[in-house]
Amino acid sequence: MTTLLTLAVLVLVAIAIWQLTKIFELSQLKTAQTQIATDSDNKNNGYMLFGFLIFIYGITIFSFWKYSKFLLPEAASAHGEEYDYLMLVSFIIIFIVQTITQALLHYFGYKYRGREGQKALFYADNDRLEFIWTIIPVIVLAGLILWGLYTWTSIMDVNDEDDPLIVELYAQQFNWTARYGGADNVLGGANVRMIDIDKANVLGLDESDTYAHDDVIVKELHLPVGRKVNFKMRSQDVLHSAYMPHFRAQMNCVPGMITEFSFTPIYTTEEMRVNPEVMSKVKRTNKIRAEKSAGGEETLDPWQFDYVLLCNKICGKSHYNMQMKIIVETEEEYNAWMESQSTFAETVMKDDTNPAFNVVETASVD
Amino acid sequence: MSATAHVDGHVHEDHGHHHKETFVTKYIFSMDHKMIAKQYLITGVLIMGFIGIAMSLMFRMQLAWPGESFPIFEALLGKWAPEGVMDADVYLALVTMHGTIMVFFVLTAGLSGTFSNLLIPLQIGARDMASGFLNMVSFWLFFVSCVIMVISLFVEAGPAAAGWTIYPPLSALPSAQAGSGLGMTLWLSSMAIFIASSLLGSLNYIVTVINLRTKGMSMTRLPLTIWAFFVTAIIGVISFPVLLSAALLLIMDRGFGTSFFLSDIFIQGEVLHYQGGSPVLFEHLFWFLGHPEVYIVLLPALGITSEVMSTNARKPIFGYRAMVASILAIAFLSTIVWGHHMFISGMNPFLGSVFTFTTLLIAIPSAVKSFNYITTLWKGNLQMNPAMLFSIGLVSTFITGGLTGIILGDSTLDINVHDTYFVVAHFHLVMGISALYGLFAGVYHWFPKMFEGRLMNKNLGYVHFWVTAICAYGVFFPMHFVGMAGVPRRYYENTAFPMFDELADIQVLMTVFAITAGAAQLVFVGNFIYSMFYGKIGPKNPWKSNTLEWTTEQKHVHGNWDGPIPEVHRWAYDYSKVDENGEYILPGQDYVPQHIPLQQDEEELNH
Repeated sequence: MTTLLTLAVLVLVAIAIWQLTKIFELSQLKTAQTQIATDSDNKNNGYMLFGFLIFIYGITIFSFWKYSKFLLPEAASAHGEEYDYLMLVSFIIIFIVQTITQALLHYFGYKYRGREGQKALFYADNDRLEFIWTIIPVIVLAGLILWGLYTWTSIMDVNDEDDPLIVELYAQQFNWTARYGGADNVLGGANVRMIDIDKANVLGLDESDTYAHDDVIVKELHLPVGRKVNFKMRSQDVLHSAYMPHFRAQMNCVPGMITEFSFTPIYTTEEMRVNPEVMSKVKRTNKIRAEKSAGGEETLDPWQFDYVLLCNKICGKSHYNMQMKIIVETEEEYNAWMESQSTFAETVMKDDTNPAFNVVETASVD
Repeated sequence: MSATAHVDGHVHEDHGHHHKETFVTKYIFSMDHKMIAKQYLITGVLIMGFIGIAMSLMFRMQLAWPGESFPIFEALLGKWAPEGVMDADVYLALVTMHGTIMVFFVLTAGLSGTFSNLLIPLQIGARDMASGFLNMVSFWLFFVSCVIMVISLFVEAGPAAAGWTIYPPLSALPSAQAGSGLGMTLWLSSMAIFIASSLLGSLNYIVTVINLRTKGMSMTRLPLTIWAFFVTAIIGVISFPVLLSAALLLIMDRGFGTSFFLSDIFIQGEVLHYQGGSPVLFEHLFWFLGHPEVYIVLLPALGITSEVMSTNARKPIFGYRAMVASILAIAFLSTIVWGHHMFISGMNPFLGSVFTFTTLLIAIPSAVKSFNYITTLWKGNLQMNPAMLFSIGLVSTFITGGLTGIILGDSTLDINVHDTYFVVAHFHLVMGISALYGLFAGVYHWFPKMFEGRLMNKNLGYVHFWVTAICAYGVFFPMHFVGMAGVPRRYYENTAFPMFDELADIQVLMTVFAITAGAAQLVFVGNFIYSMFYGKIGPKNPWKSNTLEWTTEQKHVHGNWDGPIPEVHRWAYDYSKVDENGEYILPGQDYVPQHIPLQQDEEELNH
């Protein structure tokens, strides 16, 4: 595939160079070495502009045909549907405008290419025309702005209605930690000044705060499907960004500040794995991975779809590999999992030298 | 420098007896705007541009073939590419320095510095800038900042690597990243000097445009290039000082223990003393410059395009007044949209709403400009000089790149594409490639003005344009899809996520296009250097243009015009103007330069 693409590019470049040398020769023949465009230059480049229009359409069609299946699958959060719809409408508008304006631009370039003796039209102004193409963007944009703002306000309204699950996402170079409020669903107070590495209190929880005692600290994020989750983000060192592309969710983690984002997962990991789009993506990906492994470059395990949390704000050397697995499961599975986790009081506050927090038993693919 | 004395069109008396110029005063510490323009072009565009583009090719290779060993990496990066495999830290350093160099050194200083200096005096009919001395100081400060920035590439721990936006705390704490030590100190010093240079330059441009216009050159008769440079300079004066304050506060946080941007930090096993600062404050200050900066880069390119397109279409620019109004509207709006870079920074979502509103508003003047360019081509007699092709190319990439701004400017839609390759594709097309096209258009068009009548080779120009145009789309069009697949920018490699495995082919495709585009730029450099010395000397007004610069002598003289400064009688766009019989105003000539008085029975239109 790679070689095919590379070949295609090389062929395109070769054609371009061939055409260009042809232009070069043509212009060499006729003109007495003037460096100012002649009629034949105008003609050749006029045709090239038309060709370029076809190239733009071509690369658009090619990209959609080849790459649109790579885009993110159906949104896995409640607000994601609205997001995807707004995106779709915006894209349709963009493509209409793009197709028309590029056509006009390049077609005029081709049609009105200079010819000896051709008279250009002295056309300096037309208020009506300008009014039209001012007012059309105004109307279209006003619509998009209003719709966008309405959606934005509802997405960013982080509130306590519908009994949301409270989860802290804690970022540090270069890993994520999640903390649940525990039985009371309230996060205990925390500050970097209370971090105690020796006692493995790596999130700096306040041991005197009783709300903190039942907090559950984990390295793998589990979420019950259908329940709203309010995330509270913290960072202990530099800026990070909690990016959960499948949920159309992202928020920066800022040291010294608690930021918030909220969404409701609507598909469990299991459900997402049998989504046709995801299934074919997994299939394609595993084919590539198998080929690579067979090629002897490196052994890659087959991939199984999982939601993932990525860091999306430059944070240092290993920024490219700062991730955490997200598992969305049914209420029962979630509760069972939560049961098996130990609380802050049980682990850290006991003064033992054992694991700091709940470790992930099965290593995730990375 | 007695330029001011001659404004009112007096004969330039001391003209016959030039003061004796030594090599140093003529080529190095020159106060002549034409020489300073060339100095900016060569330092800013050719040298810094070469470094910036070379860096991008290196990290594109790493992205296409992650972890692969290349001898060229070992040769150029030395200890940062052990056995030819690029290190993750140096990847970030390359990305950072590519951004910094291209945005500030090439597209701000290189583009504005070159063409504002060259064209403002020539097109408004002035003997030189208002202050030749400040102009010289401005260039040399720029030169010093370039030198410091280049030196920072060679320090032990590496250059700045926190991204060109240098967000603290990453940029503030050497313990967070190797490049945040001496490399970042040099970055900040270099930028502080750069800002001083930019301010001196901008003030000079503003004063010159306001005060030194020749007789008859009213503001509404100014060529659009000058309008663009003038407004650009104003935006620069308004916004660059804010970046300076951000840089100074960051220097204080780094060196003097203050806490403007830092709070609650635990790193490398210890709690730092910082308390109460906020990185979000830095983001506000940075983008208060950072967004207008986009237009500082773009407006001069649009101004150049207006002029080049009108001249080569043999038609007046369509809607001159609307173009000026758009420039002003864009300039005004550009200073109140910075928050769209920060929708998910943790700032109040209500602020996000306000910035969405102002941001989408800016699409309106941009749309007007695009439509006006297209209409300028309609029923023209297009002369396909390389400069014209680059201008048409600019409009194409400006539209393609600008349209995706509708997605990114919408706070809702920004959530999922923020900081992904979608953003990278968007801004490279709309400001990177577009501004570069404007720059190239300017160089091809005004090369004869810079090098005493010599023209660049047009055929090499065509090769340069067509290869660049195809490759630019080849790199950045597919990149949108990479972003929409959720790939974050500034990732050293994407192999840590199996979900990105199938995108590896696109990365290869983009890199092949990028390398080809890079090679095309060598054609340009070759053409430039060759033409500088051996280029054919063309006619005095090779493009049959109306503006005043073509009335000056081909041979550079101090003070630009050997005789009196011409008086202006009309706007700059009387191309193909005809009388009621359908005949050209000047018989046999489809253009009427600005210094030609109105002919008998001619009606003065549009200005």
